[in-house]
Amino acid sequence: MKLSRMFPDQSEIRLKHGALVGGSAREKFLPFVVAGLLLAVAIFAMFRLEFSLSRLGAGIIQLGTFLGLMFPPSPGTQFYALLKALAETVAIAFLGTLFAAALAFPLGFMAARNTMANAVVRFMTRRFSDSVRGVDTLIWALIWINVVGLGPFAGVLAIMTSDIGAFSKLYSEAIEAIDRKAGEGVVSSGGSGLHAIRFGIVPQVMPVLISQVLYYFESNTRSATIIGIVGAGGIGLYLAETIRTYDWDKVAFIILMILLTVAIIDFLSSRLRLAIVGNKTVSS
Amino acid sequence: MASAVPVLPAHRVAELSAPYRREMAAKSRMTLIGVLVLLIMTVIAGNVAEVDLRKLAANIHRFTDYFGRLFYLDTGASVFTDVREWFWGLGNWSRHIFDTLLIAYLGTLFGAIGAFLLCFAATVNLAVNPTRRFFARRFLEFCRTVPEIVFALIFVVAFGLGPVPGVLAIMIHTFGALGKLFAEVVENIDMKPVEGAIASGATRWQAIRYAVVPQVLPNFASYALLRFEINVRGASVMGFVGAGGIGQELITAIRKFYYSDVSAILLLIIATVMIIDLVTERIRNNLISMDHAR
Repeated sequence: MKLSRMFPDQSEIRLKHGALVGGSAREKFLPFVVAGLLLAVAIFAMFRLEFSLSRLGAGIIQLGTFLGLMFPPSPGTQFYALLKALAETVAIAFLGTLFAAALAFPLGFMAARNTMANAVVRFMTRRFSDSVRGVDTLIWALIWINVVGLGPFAGVLAIMTSDIGAFSKLYSEAIEAIDRKAGEGVVSSGGSGLHAIRFGIVPQVMPVLISQVLYYFESNTRSATIIGIVGAGGIGLYLAETIRTYDWDKVAFIILMILLTVAIIDFLSSRLRLAIVGNKTVSS
Repeated sequence: MASAVPVLPAHRVAELSAPYRREMAAKSRMTLIGVLVLLIMTVIAGNVAEVDLRKLAANIHRFTDYFGRLFYLDTGASVFTDVREWFWGLGNWSRHIFDTLLIAYLGTLFGAIGAFLLCFAATVNLAVNPTRRFFARRFLEFCRTVPEIVFALIFVVAFGLGPVPGVLAIMIHTFGALGKLFAEVVENIDMKPVEGAIASGATRWQAIRYAVVPQVLPNFASYALLRFEINVRGASVMGFVGAGGIGQELITAIRKFYYSDVSAILLLIIATVMIIDLVTERIRNNLISMDHAR
């Protein structure tokens, strides 16, 4: 069979059913308009931010040399100091997450519609957590350094502060999403409002909260590796220092240490999450 | 009134409640062990991280003082009495915030393009082969696990001070984060159009263009916008390590104790982040409704 019979003349089809084959003008041109706009802004931004081929080229060549110097990664003579700094980093992430999780607990109930009837308190709590969350962990670290001095304690407080905002938002969302019948049952059999929270709401939200806290522990380990850059303890201080002194083999070693630690914590926290939350969801 | 509930004889109650009590005891034992482990870990971590609650209690007034001082000018007057003096550097700061937005924009755009090109290789349903998928996934993982500020530190040495290293650092992190999300979106598509395209002779990229992209584009755009939001926050601290944007001004103000400047810049950053959040949320809602209408 000739191919032309299977596929009759396309131009004829186009002529007859042009609107169906081609689509509307809007559908045709919209992608080009969007892409053109994105490109135009990108070109403008590259001019404004002083991108130039020579600079990029020179930089990439430099990066290549650095990469070459990174192998083999080696801790130099500082292996134990680095290990201690890494332990500090994990401790900062652990305590920051734990404190934030505990302190945000009441705030979560204060920001949820079904547990806090007072709209003013709810509004204030939400705005408070929004503004706390809007300030980066590094900035909090700089502020806490003014209070407790340089060192890991400032890092713990910084991670705690920025996480309080995040946790109280996540908690309140989890609390608002629960089934209200359990709480109503507690109240109808004579329990007070607090009883309703303790026996009707907490058992429902606890697995969700724990899994969120564990997830944040992992991401906080990453944040804790960098707050040392501004002097708030942990491995970040060594990282910034070795980069500034061009000790590239040490830089590579530290980055590998960080990657390994994050991977281990990721593994442990997902196992723990499965153990705690997995059982809970089956039994309830 | 006699109770309608049948009362069990005492020995039956004892027989039935014993296992219940055993179960409850086992459960509270587990909770106790969990709490103890947590407590021990807290004490150890507290030692390692040099937590000193007495120092905190003794110095906590500095924290509140600090926030109090943020709202007073050098002259001692409250900032609200002279807003023009408070925001004296508005022109300069606005330019830096504009640069910050551009850094976030370029980083997001380049990162998203890269993620688009690589994400198909990292999926279960569209990857060419498992080895390539393995390497694509590990590569994406590496890019998102190393914090962007670490990339910025290294790039500042290689490319020199300024916004260029900031853009590149954000680009790499965005690439890693979006690559994973994009791959997850692609794994959830309807495979029938793909099979149809391949059955009628399409190559791999043709199948992706005509059968996959129309399904995933709204989701991709929505994730990229969400990432832009996050990147604006990230770009605002890039200046801490010399990688451009408003961060440079902020860290100078913090380090040199220009209190009213710190509050003014922080307010500008928070306002910008909020506006960007609102705008992108609007666009994302439209994209999602577009997706549902399809």
